[in-house]
Amino acid sequence: MVNSTSEQVRYDLAVIGAGPAGLAAADAAAGLGLRVALVDAGAGLGGQYYRHPAPELGAARPDKLHHGWRTFAELRERLAAAPLVDHLAGHHVWAAERGEDWILHATRGPEAADRATVTARCLLLATGAYERQLPFPGWTLPGVVTAGGAQAMLKSGLVLPGRRIVVAGSGPLLLAAASSLAAAGARIPAIVEATAYLGYARGLPVLAGNPAKLAEGAEHAARLLRHGVRLRRRSAVVEAHGTDRITGVTVARLDARWKPVPGTERRIDCDALAVGHGLVPQIDLAVELGADTVTTADGTAALRVDAQQRTSVPGLWAAGETCGVGGADLALAEGVLAAHSVAGKPAPARELTVRRRRRAFAALMAAAHAPGPDWTGWVTDDTDVCRCEEVPARAVREAVTELGAADARTVKLLTRAGMGWCQGRMCGPAVACLSGGPVGRPDSRPLSCPVPLAQLAQRDGTTELSE
Amino acid sequence: MLKRTSYDVVVVGAGVVGAACAYYAARAGLRVAVVDRGPVAGGTTGAGEGNLLVSDKEPGPELDLALLSTTLWRELAEEFGDRVEYEPKGGLVVASAPAGLDALNGFAAKQRTVGVEAVPVAADSLRELEPHLAEGLPGGVLYPQDAQVQPALAAAHLLRASGAERYLGEAVTALRRGPDGAIRGVVTERRELAAPAVVNAAGTWGGAVAELAGVRLPVLPRRGFVLVTEPLPRLVRRKVYAADYVADVASGSADLQSSAVVEGTPAGPVLIGASRERVGFDRTLRPEVLHRLAAQAVALFPVLRTVAVQRAYRGFRPYLPDHLPAIGHDARVPGLYHACGHEGAGIGLAPATGLLIARQLAGEAVEFELAPFRPERFDGTAEGSGSGAE
Repeated sequence: MVNSTSEQVRYDLAVIGAGPAGLAAADAAAGLGLRVALVDAGAGLGGQYYRHPAPELGAARPDKLHHGWRTFAELRERLAAAPLVDHLAGHHVWAAERGEDWILHATRGPEAADRATVTARCLLLATGAYERQLPFPGWTLPGVVTAGGAQAMLKSGLVLPGRRIVVAGSGPLLLAAASSLAAAGARIPAIVEATAYLGYARGLPVLAGNPAKLAEGAEHAARLLRHGVRLRRRSAVVEAHGTDRITGVTVARLDARWKPVPGTERRIDCDALAVGHGLVPQIDLAVELGADTVTTADGTAALRVDAQQRTSVPGLWAAGETCGVGGADLALAEGVLAAHSVAGKPAPARELTVRRRRRAFAALMAAAHAPGPDWTGWVTDDTDVCRCEEVPARAVREAVTELGAADARTVKLLTRAGMGWCQGRMCGPAVACLSGGPVGRPDSRPLSCPVPLAQLAQRDGTTELSE
Repeated sequence: MLKRTSYDVVVVGAGVVGAACAYYAARAGLRVAVVDRGPVAGGTTGAGEGNLLVSDKEPGPELDLALLSTTLWRELAEEFGDRVEYEPKGGLVVASAPAGLDALNGFAAKQRTVGVEAVPVAADSLRELEPHLAEGLPGGVLYPQDAQVQPALAAAHLLRASGAERYLGEAVTALRRGPDGAIRGVVTERRELAAPAVVNAAGTWGGAVAELAGVRLPVLPRRGFVLVTEPLPRLVRRKVYAADYVADVASGSADLQSSAVVEGTPAGPVLIGASRERVGFDRTLRPEVLHRLAAQAVALFPVLRTVAVQRAYRGFRPYLPDHLPAIGHDARVPGLYHACGHEGAGIGLAPATGLLIARQLAGEAVEFELAPFRPERFDGTAEGSGSGAE
């Protein structure tokens, strides 16, 4: 594997994202004889899932924090030895242009010269997912981090966000995060999970088909039990307290629609809160290309793919979380399947089986953890919904009741919610709910990440301008 | 059975033009309903920069309309204040070469004869007005009447102030007409609204609404992209653009044309827009379009080289073949009025359009030459017939 870019190369396949799906795809594609560009914004391989400390930190056992570390280590080793794969690290792709070939436009840094293009015959989107946040009073206090963020701090820097950490929200990530945090020495006064986990009971056959998932869950549960961690189901953090930093949270019981039940509030002291409500597929590049999407059971937009992982856009494949959040094993399998489809080879049976079982599990999981419609009940009028632009819930609600907004886009135009640095990745789901408009409708973004103006101003070497 | 409600006028379109029609019609004492298949400002309005320009218009009917609008926007700004982010900040048009400066000065001289304030700015004074402007530019013209609003807020507040009944998220499926052919009302997906008058303020879809009444109005889309930078301190004080923008607006060419209008906003980001392409409703991004906008912005303001473009957005301007909007009563269908096809100038021209339509609706004297904007002026011409994609 070469760790550099060569703008003269016409690749058979460009893979965007070097997490489980992208790594597996690049590995399989190289094995099938394809010339591959593995393009990723990060410095190293692994993405969010296989995030690990930089070598300088001298971590003795990065594998301790990971499921499936061995799989990653093997993939990394094979890719390092693969002459057909170029790892283009630190490339933030801002647009994918469809022509005779795909041309990826990427930025590698702030200077005018940091512009890069990658040319490839086929394109695979393996860009993963980001965390869904649902705001509550006090969620912007220092010490409040996302559940995935807490794990990332641990995985990459071996640091804890606090010593006494409440873990809250909904989804399997909570158990995994709490388990890692406890193992690293944090006290976890409570895990606060909004659902009752009863949703899983409806899918017993699916569970039976996914023993590894059950084992993983049981392992987390056993570890949490050992650390004396209490799981509060059907509850939510409805407020975080503190002035300079979080000092505690109020937890309340929720009814079936996620409305806090009055009189059930209870205060828990903590110096950090790790909170998350599942993941949202990162599909900006494909949406901008006009790819069809589906709305998943938990209200997020994912790419629609066929049995060969092909999207509705010719020449564009997708694998892993971009097709609906389902975990690393599913992503690995879909990456392999996509690579075979690109190479025109029949799909391997093992990956087909994994995909079938894990997709069923993913659907069950999404349905079980879908936010209830009344969660907005804990968002007080002066809670900032958009933290980048400091837009309170009151402004969002007024845009709807007074000004005729009925969807997230119009609320954004009228209040600036979602116009700041994160471009609505943080507040988008919440604004969609508060606007009463459709959830799971993807945004169209001509630029999928910020680009220095000097780079945009520079003509790239690969396209001829027609005057 | 569908619910039936009666109004004096139903406005189709909740963009800034429809909102202005509703606002002035309500002020004239009419009972108004506004229908839109989407939310307020869901079409071109929500994708616009909010330019209120006289600077880019040559003497003629559109400039007359813009000058009237300039006065009306000042009045509206007193009523709505900061809520619509009105900024009478003026425009600065610069020439990039000495020959261009002569052409620009000639253009400005003609504009002054019809009431445009246009103040020549010598080369050495440019940077007093805009400290970060590139060095070595030969000169320019300052247009104090140019201004800006935030277009979505402008539409939303005009619509709310009108007190009109809003039927949003409901597409109009038919226009009701009497035995004499006159308008009787509109049918939406959910109800029927009875009214003796309908205003077609459907912007890019104005042609489709006209078709519901069986008449032709060849409104076509012209695509544009706008770049939005990260929030910055006030580096750009006015609307600043290169003189060749004027030629682009009037151009009939289908090719890409762009001359970046660069401006700061109260919220911090600098807007750089907008390109002009005729590609129908095709949404496909061509990075070269963004390259040109960026290159032109950097040429005007080298200081912007180091800033990040945070996002870009696109929209489709509604235009008619002669680049003038359709405003007024349609002689072919009694009770049908048009207020669409303003291309990239709809935010600026909205108040004048609304006021003139309201006067016609109320049967008042219009005192403005509407003949150039006659909706039926394309009958018997081949112009603009056929599909939206040229």
